[in-house]
Amino acid sequence: MRKLIIACAAALLAACQAAPTQPEPEAAPAQPAPAPQPEVTPRAVEAPAPAVAPVDPLKDPASPLSKRSVYFDFDKSQIRPEFRPTLEAHAKYLHDHRDVKILIQGNTDERGSREYNLGLGQRRSDAVRRFLILMGASAGQAEAVSLGEEKPRCTQKTEACWAENRRADILYPGEY
Amino acid sequence: MMRSLKLLAFIALTAIAGAARAQLTIEITGGGENQIPIAIVPFAGESALPSSISSVVEADLVRSARFRTLFVGAQSAPVDETSKIDFDAWRGRSADAVLVGGLYARPNGRFDARFMLYDVPKQASLGGLTVTLTPALARAAAHRIADFVYERLTGDRGIFSTRIAYIVKSAGRYDLQIADADGFNAQNALTSKEPLISPSWSPDGTRLAYVSFEKQKPVVYVQSLISGKRSAVANYAGSNGAPAWSPDGRQLAVSLARDGGMKLHLINADGTNLRLLSMSDFGVIDTEPCFSPDGQTIYFTSDRGGTPQIYSMPAKGGDAQRITFVGEYNVSPRVSPDGKSIVFISLVEGHYQVALMDLASQQVLMLSDGFLDESPSFAPNGKMILYASEVNGRGVLAAVSIDGRIKQRLSVTAADVREPAWGPFVNR
Repeated sequence: MRKLIIACAAALLAACQAAPTQPEPEAAPAQPAPAPQPEVTPRAVEAPAPAVAPVDPLKDPASPLSKRSVYFDFDKSQIRPEFRPTLEAHAKYLHDHRDVKILIQGNTDERGSREYNLGLGQRRSDAVRRFLILMGASAGQAEAVSLGEEKPRCTQKTEACWAENRRADILYPGEY
Repeated sequence: MMRSLKLLAFIALTAIAGAARAQLTIEITGGGENQIPIAIVPFAGESALPSSISSVVEADLVRSARFRTLFVGAQSAPVDETSKIDFDAWRGRSADAVLVGGLYARPNGRFDARFMLYDVPKQASLGGLTVTLTPALARAAAHRIADFVYERLTGDRGIFSTRIAYIVKSAGRYDLQIADADGFNAQNALTSKEPLISPSWSPDGTRLAYVSFEKQKPVVYVQSLISGKRSAVANYAGSNGAPAWSPDGRQLAVSLARDGGMKLHLINADGTNLRLLSMSDFGVIDTEPCFSPDGQTIYFTSDRGGTPQIYSMPAKGGDAQRITFVGEYNVSPRVSPDGKSIVFISLVEGHYQVALMDLASQQVLMLSDGFLDESPSFAPNGKMILYASEVNGRGVLAAVSIDGRIKQRLSVTAADVREPAWGPFVNR
């Protein structure tokens, strides 16, 4: 289509230029019509290059935001110091994205009453939520709930597995 | 992302033939002292029904572990509830009791089961009944007869006509199942891809409250067993758990996330009129409420003292009193039907076990010896306790008599069973 338009434009210009203005009767001999200039119209040239879209920090393995789990000691709900940088990063993200709402799910290992463990998981997720709010998230951006011992990541009766299940997870929209 | 939930409506209190996918089997694993020897003579005419009434009666009494049944062979002449009893012959066989009866066809496809129970040493009748039934209700009629026999001979009310609720976990699904006390007629009230816990029977046996994780968080539902309809009665921000019915069936006590922990609340059975009940410090977990039979007291679990222990408080609100003082971990209180004792779970030397406390004397009897026993539930006659246990890593149910002697195991093939709740007496 562009070539056609260019050709028409060129033809029109050429036609304009070809139509001589009426010279004075005994004027100098008519200037020869200047040769039609080739039309030069800039055109975008697409360079084949890989699309560079920004990586979602929530999924970027290099970003602390991809770390979603906080682990706890047996029967405890205190946030251990090693998890604070991760939580601070999440708090900052929430602070910068006020429309984002997360779900925090607390978990426990399998030992003991299911309903008491529901409470323990709640205490853990609540501790994470309060920390995030302290670090800049707003209260309406996070709901803290508990899965108790009901959705374990592993089921072996070992210290290592129990430690893996004493955990709070942060879920972003689309993940819950 | 919301997971889809398949809801199978549970229809009717009448027995529907056709078991659920998984049948609950019950075996006796302990007991057998002082059993009452009883002879159960096949009822005249009972072959008219596919279910032999006298066989179901016998199975009920044997399963209670309080009876030993004598072998009764084919009778030379039909024996029914009007037959004369040869007491000398039965005494010669060491029978303490004899049950005889007959099945009689009636119009409209119904039957009458008539029976008579005799005390052999006293050579006297202990009474009998006529039970009218349809073929579909043959087992229910037999359970009714077994209740009668059990009561007359032990002095305790029979539980053979009651039902139990429990959760079955198999690959990728959780079923809230209800079965007769003998494990038959198991039916699914609910099927879900997400966990279900804490089933609780309304006092009139027509509704179940439970906690479902289908919304990716714990929510309390109340479901009608008659219509299959259900509603979320506690779905507040945070976790909602541990529903317990008041004895008049009008209210539920629940545990809701609050103040960094969990606090007890009261709600109407339809979810309205939320009221805070327990007062405890920030971060404390108050949960597992249980009403006393007179509705005046609520027993519950709290870690306000540091570790979880059992407390009681007035149901209308007020200060709590600690009930358990031995051990670091005492949870899951359930009051006996006569209000005089509580069963709970106690951590003893690394094992979570069933414990029974007499409230007046505060004496505690350990009733189980598993590693991870949980969720104790009283039979409505107060004589047996149903609870969840693990055998070789598999979830099973177990029952134990309150003196610790009689033991049963209840299991489902190729699945984990957990979270039992024994249903109430049905009106008779």
